[in-house]
Amino acid sequence: MDAIMLQEKLVERLLCHRVKTSRQKEKQYVGFATLPNQVHRKSVKKGFDFTLMVAGESGMGKSTLVNSLFLTDLYKDRKLLNAEERINQTVEIIKHTVDIEEKGVKLKLTIVDTPGFGDAVNNNECWKPITDYIDQQFEQYFRDESGLNRKNIQDNRVHCCLYFIPPFGHGLRPVDVEFMKALHEKVNVVPLIAKADCLTPNEIKKLKDRVREEIERFGIKVYQFPECDSDEDEEFKQLDKELKECCPFAVIGSNTVVEARGQRVRGRLYPWGIVEVENQSHCDFVKLRNILIRSHMHDLKDVTCDVHYENYRAQCIQDMTSKMTQDNRMESPIPILPLPTPDVETDRLIKMKDEELARMQEMLNKMQQHIHDGKD
Amino acid sequence: MTTSEVAQGPFQVYPQSPAVSVKKGTGQDKNARPLSLSGHVGFDSLPHQLVNKSTCQGFCFNILCIGETGIGKSTLMDTLFNTNFENFESSHFEPKVKLRAQTYDLQESNVRLKLTIVNTVGFGDQMNKQESYQHVVDYIDTQFESYLQEELKIKRSLHNYHDSRIHACLYFIAPSGHSLKSLDLVTMKKLDSKVNIIPVIAKADTISKSELHKFKIKIMSELVSNGVQIYQFPTDDETVSTINTAMNGILPFAVVGSSEEVKIGNKMVKARQYPWGVVQVENENHCDFVKLREMLICVNMEDLREQTHTRHYELYRRCKLEEMGFTDTNPESKPVSLQETYEAKRHEFLGDLQRREEEMRQMFVQRVKEKETELKEAERELQGKFEQLKRLHSEEKSKLDEKRRSLEDEINTFSKKKAATELLQGQSFNTNANLKKDKDRKKSLEMEAKDVNLTCDEATNQNHNCCFRNL
Repeated sequence: MDAIMLQEKLVERLLCHRVKTSRQKEKQYVGFATLPNQVHRKSVKKGFDFTLMVAGESGMGKSTLVNSLFLTDLYKDRKLLNAEERINQTVEIIKHTVDIEEKGVKLKLTIVDTPGFGDAVNNNECWKPITDYIDQQFEQYFRDESGLNRKNIQDNRVHCCLYFIPPFGHGLRPVDVEFMKALHEKVNVVPLIAKADCLTPNEIKKLKDRVREEIERFGIKVYQFPECDSDEDEEFKQLDKELKECCPFAVIGSNTVVEARGQRVRGRLYPWGIVEVENQSHCDFVKLRNILIRSHMHDLKDVTCDVHYENYRAQCIQDMTSKMTQDNRMESPIPILPLPTPDVETDRLIKMKDEELARMQEMLNKMQQHIHDGKD
Repeated sequence: MTTSEVAQGPFQVYPQSPAVSVKKGTGQDKNARPLSLSGHVGFDSLPHQLVNKSTCQGFCFNILCIGETGIGKSTLMDTLFNTNFENFESSHFEPKVKLRAQTYDLQESNVRLKLTIVNTVGFGDQMNKQESYQHVVDYIDTQFESYLQEELKIKRSLHNYHDSRIHACLYFIAPSGHSLKSLDLVTMKKLDSKVNIIPVIAKADTISKSELHKFKIKIMSELVSNGVQIYQFPTDDETVSTINTAMNGILPFAVVGSSEEVKIGNKMVKARQYPWGVVQVENENHCDFVKLREMLICVNMEDLREQTHTRHYELYRRCKLEEMGFTDTNPESKPVSLQETYEAKRHEFLGDLQRREEEMRQMFVQRVKEKETELKEAERELQGKFEQLKRLHSEEKSKLDEKRRSLEDEINTFSKKKAATELLQGQSFNTNANLKKDKDRKKSLEMEAKDVNLTCDEATNQNHNCCFRNL
């Protein structure tokens, strides 16, 4: 119970921290201490959006976990394929968008589902449709951003990808490693251990250590929680440390509500006991929810914008530049500043100017040679 | 361990299996009439004699466990046989599927069992799993093949032979809760005609009761709709038919394995301890482990062995022999004995051999002839060339000889003239000019003669060279 209370305190603190200090210094009151409140108001009015991708083999409990996380039922009337239909299945991308509201704050939540991943008998390059989709979203945003009318840009970029690792093995499998390596530079990858109710606490610990070690060994760059500031107090730092050591989170999801210890909770009913989804000693679901929604949702968006999208943009521009110099087939003395949408007219002008410059350069060289010869 | 039932009629004993197989009374032979005995003879002890004999010999059983890495194959084996088989963890990064067989000697009361456990290593880990089933099929075929070879030997020792054929195959299904995986379906389809498949749901403590019920139904319906024939427990023997029929309806068994023990009440049981409860392996409410143990080991072990021998092995044998060209009936539908087939085959083979030999000999002779004609042609050509060159040479020589002779004649005439002029000179010594002129003329003529001689020599040299070159 302590841990939950502490976490609640943290959330409050983040919101009200600075309001307190503003009231203390009333002597030199300018008034910009209310800026956070203004930001808060505006953002509530504007609303938020978040795109979450879930990936993993079928039967790992992805849909159940998403339903448990957002306390809704996103997957009504879903049709599951038979085994024989899945022998040669290709990966599809399915988007579900919902609008949810809590205490006046609106969130447009998009869940990107990837049915068919890892289900076929031959899984070579089964992640290609997924990486293509992510690149497509980046490209669309890039084009929108470079366009003339930027008022209503729709941000469909994927902010976070939850990858479900099966708990039945000894660690990561080749398909897990390949998938995460293909995606770790395009999206924030958060690995999870799915269906954790088949592992005893010892086994969970062993598997987490193994997975962490393999992630490091294979050089997979999963999403790193940002370091907390050094001026935060000890308990916050302790919590932060615990959170980081818990990665990858071992989660359990449930669509059903059961009666346990006199309360109605989300859980799974077994003949030998009841697993409670929100019980911290049973699984890391609460930690995941806090990280994903309560404290780090915005950070995930920031990292997507600042790191992954910028990488994509730089790569795109570099490709365009190298393509243009290849077309011109000569070295221009001045580096060309590419326009986001190079049109034919400017292209021609630039080419003409380049030719002129080259000619003048030649003349200069000739004159120099002349002088040199004349000297001798 | 139960091995025999009460005999009803004549029973057959298989060459290697020490057990009795009597499932139904084979019915009375038409030439034999039933008699009633007026006293106790004593042949009702025959089953006991058989049992004693087979107990002395010991039994042999081979299990194949197929499943993904880490799904709990080794743990289940440990739990089933109540011992520690000392298996080590495999890695997920094997490049292809391998099979690892280990043989153990177990003993319970006075019955000895030679148990072989074959595990798949790396099954389901590769990116491309299209070839995964092939390794398993090859392994099973290899065991059948070595048994067939032993059977066909001239001097064979089947009762001492260590039977390595797979008697039971436990297929471990991952507890996804939805349905079978595509790899499971493909593999089971390929194996159902080669081995007795018993599907089990592994790590069943992750599925709740209601989900389990739906999952089992889904799996069985998928197997049926794809024509996969899993092993059915035999229902023709009254003593075990009720329990077997019931168990057939509970397939696939949902099992949990554990090598650790937990204290429940006042005894130590095999269980898994979770924060929310304890899963007891041998509790029938928690999982089907007890049922699996009973069916696999206590009741039907002998039937599994028998099925392997009479159904799967016979099928393999038939296919193999048909491939080699043996048939039971020839085209006129008359039964053909093995000996006749052998003789016919051998005859055919020898005839084939002779034909081939003939062919090769003929080909050889033909080739030699061709080569000879070629060489003769070449010889003739060379001869012709040589003659031609000789002719040319002699022609040129004669020409040059003529030229030489003419030149010599000239020289002779000239020397005569010289003598004449000298005479004339002796008569008139004033004309120095004449002398000089004559001297000059002499010089020039001499030079000419020298030149001619040189060219003559050169020409002959050249000709000689040409001749040498041509040859």
